[in-house]
Amino acid sequence: MYDAGHFDVIVIGAGHAGVEAANASARRGAKTLMLTLNLDMIAFMPCNPSIGGPAKGVVVREVDALGGLMGKVIDKTYIQMRMLNTGKGPAVRALRAQADKPLYIQEMKYQLERLEDLTMRQAMVESLIVEDGVCKGVVTETKAAYYADSVIITTGTFMRGSVIIGDIQYESGPNNQRPSVKLSEQLEELGFDLVRFKTGTPPRVNSNTIDYSKTEIQPGDEKPSHFSYETTEAILDQIPCWLTYTNETTHQIIDDNLGLSAMYSGMIKGTGPRYCPSIEDKVVRFHDKPRHQIFLEPEGRQTEEVYVQGLSTSLPEYVQRDMLRSIPGLEETEIMRAGYAIEYDSVVPTQLWPTLEVKDIPGLFTAGQINGTSGYEEAAGQGLMAGINAASRAKQTEPLMLDRSQAYIGVMIDDLVTKGTNEPYRLLTSRAEYRLLLRHDNADIRLTEIGYQYGLIDQARYDRFQEKLALIEKETKRLAKQTIKPSDELNDLLASVGGTPLKEPTKALDLMKRPEVGYSIVHQLTPADDTLPQDVIEQVEIQTKYKGYIEKSNQQVDRMKKMDEKVIPDRIDYDAISGIATEAKQKLKKVRPLSVGQASRISGVNPSDISILLVYIEQGQIAKTSENAE
Amino acid sequence: MLDFDTIAAISTPLGEGAIAIVRLSGTEAVSIANRLYDGRDLDVVDSHTMHYGRVIDPNTEEMIEEVMVSVMRAPKTFTREDVVEINCHGGLASVNRLLELTLELGARLAEPGEFTKRAFLNGRIDLSQAEAVMDLIRAKTDKAMNVAVKQLDGKLSKLIERLRQDLIETVAQVEVNIDYPEYDDVEDMTKELMLSRTKSVYQEIERLLEMAKQGKILREGISTAIIGRPNVGKSSLMNALVQENKAIVTEIPGTTRDVIEEYVNVRGVPLRLVDTAGIRDTEDIVEKIGVERSRQVLKEADLILLVLNHNERLTDQDRQLFDLVSDLGLIVLINKTDLDQQLDYDEVYQLSQGHPVITTSLIEEAGIDHLEEAIANTFFDGQIEADDLSYVSNVRHIQLLKQALGSLEDATSAIHDDMPMDLIQIDVTRTWELLGEIIGDTVEDSLIDQLFSQFCLGK
Repeated sequence: MYDAGHFDVIVIGAGHAGVEAANASARRGAKTLMLTLNLDMIAFMPCNPSIGGPAKGVVVREVDALGGLMGKVIDKTYIQMRMLNTGKGPAVRALRAQADKPLYIQEMKYQLERLEDLTMRQAMVESLIVEDGVCKGVVTETKAAYYADSVIITTGTFMRGSVIIGDIQYESGPNNQRPSVKLSEQLEELGFDLVRFKTGTPPRVNSNTIDYSKTEIQPGDEKPSHFSYETTEAILDQIPCWLTYTNETTHQIIDDNLGLSAMYSGMIKGTGPRYCPSIEDKVVRFHDKPRHQIFLEPEGRQTEEVYVQGLSTSLPEYVQRDMLRSIPGLEETEIMRAGYAIEYDSVVPTQLWPTLEVKDIPGLFTAGQINGTSGYEEAAGQGLMAGINAASRAKQTEPLMLDRSQAYIGVMIDDLVTKGTNEPYRLLTSRAEYRLLLRHDNADIRLTEIGYQYGLIDQARYDRFQEKLALIEKETKRLAKQTIKPSDELNDLLASVGGTPLKEPTKALDLMKRPEVGYSIVHQLTPADDTLPQDVIEQVEIQTKYKGYIEKSNQQVDRMKKMDEKVIPDRIDYDAISGIATEAKQKLKKVRPLSVGQASRISGVNPSDISILLVYIEQGQIAKTSENAE
Repeated sequence: MLDFDTIAAISTPLGEGAIAIVRLSGTEAVSIANRLYDGRDLDVVDSHTMHYGRVIDPNTEEMIEEVMVSVMRAPKTFTREDVVEINCHGGLASVNRLLELTLELGARLAEPGEFTKRAFLNGRIDLSQAEAVMDLIRAKTDKAMNVAVKQLDGKLSKLIERLRQDLIETVAQVEVNIDYPEYDDVEDMTKELMLSRTKSVYQEIERLLEMAKQGKILREGISTAIIGRPNVGKSSLMNALVQENKAIVTEIPGTTRDVIEEYVNVRGVPLRLVDTAGIRDTEDIVEKIGVERSRQVLKEADLILLVLNHNERLTDQDRQLFDLVSDLGLIVLINKTDLDQQLDYDEVYQLSQGHPVITTSLIEEAGIDHLEEAIANTFFDGQIEADDLSYVSNVRHIQLLKQALGSLEDATSAIHDDMPMDLIQIDVTRTWELLGEIIGDTVEDSLIDQLFSQFCLGK
């Protein structure tokens, strides 16, 4: 073993969590080392070639508002961009991109290579250096010892990874990369609670063997939107996806071979995600459904590989071939890579503080799929936060914890560290109780200020952001003052958009609260001095139209914050508090919540337990006050 | 002092007792009391003073009770917060009404032991009592839970579970539309569909609240008003009912008020002969307080006994009375059958619109048993669902049901305002949560569980 160098922060892994961790840490000026098994696989997408979608897309914007890379890189490398839920409310609109996988890797690597404080190295980490219970560094396979104040593990599905296709099983990370075995064993020795999770991926086929005439085209948006608030140039040359369906024959093939599926033969022990079921699962659980959708998604511009979305499976390779060939358009298709299931170790996330630092091993952080989540975006969000906080630890500055009203990232981390998860965790919009506040259009308004304070956002971008805020305020104030008087002309205009006539003079802002009246109509009646940017108009409109709901949400947030501000002393002894139920005591001892609010979100902790906890905490404060008085 | 919301509770033992106290504590205590109190301006009265006045329902401007109100300002109070105690006469109905009013005006129903807890948290109680306070909270909470659970019979909790299931299926469909916009097999939740789903739940909750009112009637007696022109025999009827039934006469002497309530038990039906606003003794109620106001007053009664004179022709006054009570619980009594008939019975039947018509001669003590039978029939024959006794009786439950109804109203108006579905859904989810609080079910993951069991989703 030799001393290979000293850093502030070491990141193990360079997947979607690892790259954001390394970027955030280095951006904050921490001397950062990123170690990966394979430098050609940085930010590799082992599963679907897409980024974003409901909830996830908002996370990408949040990452961007905090200086992260995912949004920037996908904006440069997409082959298709679509805004989803355009017919629904502003809170649930969602952007999704189809990625050019190889290009994404290349662009991400290039972005990282140019970071001043980041060192990248290809190496397999074999063990952590833990002294006196504190993590001090890592040792690689080649016996290089690196030292640092903070170490972040972002090993995804690599820990004791095991790939299963039919009855064939072999030790492997995703896409036949080497699994990480020794690290997992060491974590177990260190007393970590690990669980076995499972996920899967569908086969990829050659585009030249698809008859697209039998499928439906799924084009991108004509005017693509973007993830990063900084992106100005659109890629107009987009590539479509294609839609086809399974049928009775496909389902019969699955039924006949169900016993050969690793999922059903008992080969797989790990828990899989319900929201990402294999095709076997879908056919078994929803037997009456005559067909399931299959999306054919190109993996890039310079490749003929096509991802068969909707057909995740662990059936034997030849069954996969038969199944595919029963689907319209795929009769002649050739598999390039077979679908597989993968089992892996993940860390029970209740062992982490909300900073993503391991409670029992100071200096060690974990982020991404290793924490029991799934999805590139979920990984990126955690990686970013772990990177910020690992740098904070190294520099002895304040950590950053986002709450449930600030970001989907905050919802996710609070869910993970407070409740844990018994299946791979995916963000859904329904997990957020303040969904209306966590919109994709306002991620910059929510987070840019924080990003600036933590050194993740530079001055120029911050100034542009301040300008935007000023414009929104100015225009809202202007419309609040402008009076619109009823006239035949106006009422004709209102009638043309399906509205009722105006009877009394009304403030322009109030007129815009009508569902049928958009900014464009108000603007027509009382034009602003300058042409405003679209994102400013969007904010004026949303903040006005949904004011009532937004205020209601804000009131709920205030109530939550009151409880979240009641800090639980770190030396609290739950056993010494009589009155708290035994089950609640065990949960509280395990989760070690930082606030009464967090405690109240632990399942198994009841309102009466919280009452008693409050009394106990206040008692401590009263004791302190009276001591001071004496 | 810590910053808490304002809480309210009945702080005297429920049931008998000549005086009952509703206690409020918190920063809003005085202003809430002031809004329902007609008397001196409580905002400016000295601390630790007591005042006579009346409680008025600010919505209907109806007089509820005559009361004595004590105002005690922080910090020299039990909880070290502003405390108001409203003393009223001990009838369960009026105390509950008073409590409900404070809740409607923004107070929150106190949790078990919460006044004591606040006293402690605000440093009023000595530190050494901490353990005792915690035990108290635990004990009271458990007891309250037991009581609450017992008050919820199986039928009722099943009904609430069913309503919640309806709501969550609706919400899950909205969620799926949002989280999986491209899945073609999930029907899009339309406003029409949402409207019809929420409407049926709304009606069920309304029915529950209606039944809660009936349950209250059972416990507290059917408030019964005797009305009629002068000299038709109203007092005789009152006396007859009281004597015949060897009534429990609860006469609360009118030191501060002159209302007399008498409870009689007619064949198992508890009647509370009330005289709110002096209906019974009034020579001409309409003339005295006006048509609309009379209608309001009479609506408060569950049962109206309208007395006519066999010996006289119908007058316009009689017809006016019929008009006032036509849509209420009504029994028509034709008295003085011992005298000559002058009354046009056909017209009486016509005006009665199917309500029972009884003939009596109270002087000869004839026909009273017919009246009693009519009362018992009115009560038990379907008009009040005596058989379906799954009443919601717990004040907290009633409050939650009312809130749930309010949330559904918000959802409905959002539908009419053409708000996006994901916003409408916020209020529907809130209704689901509120109903969950009634049956003590707050499993947060159930929405996500529902999502994945109801729909086939995912890549």
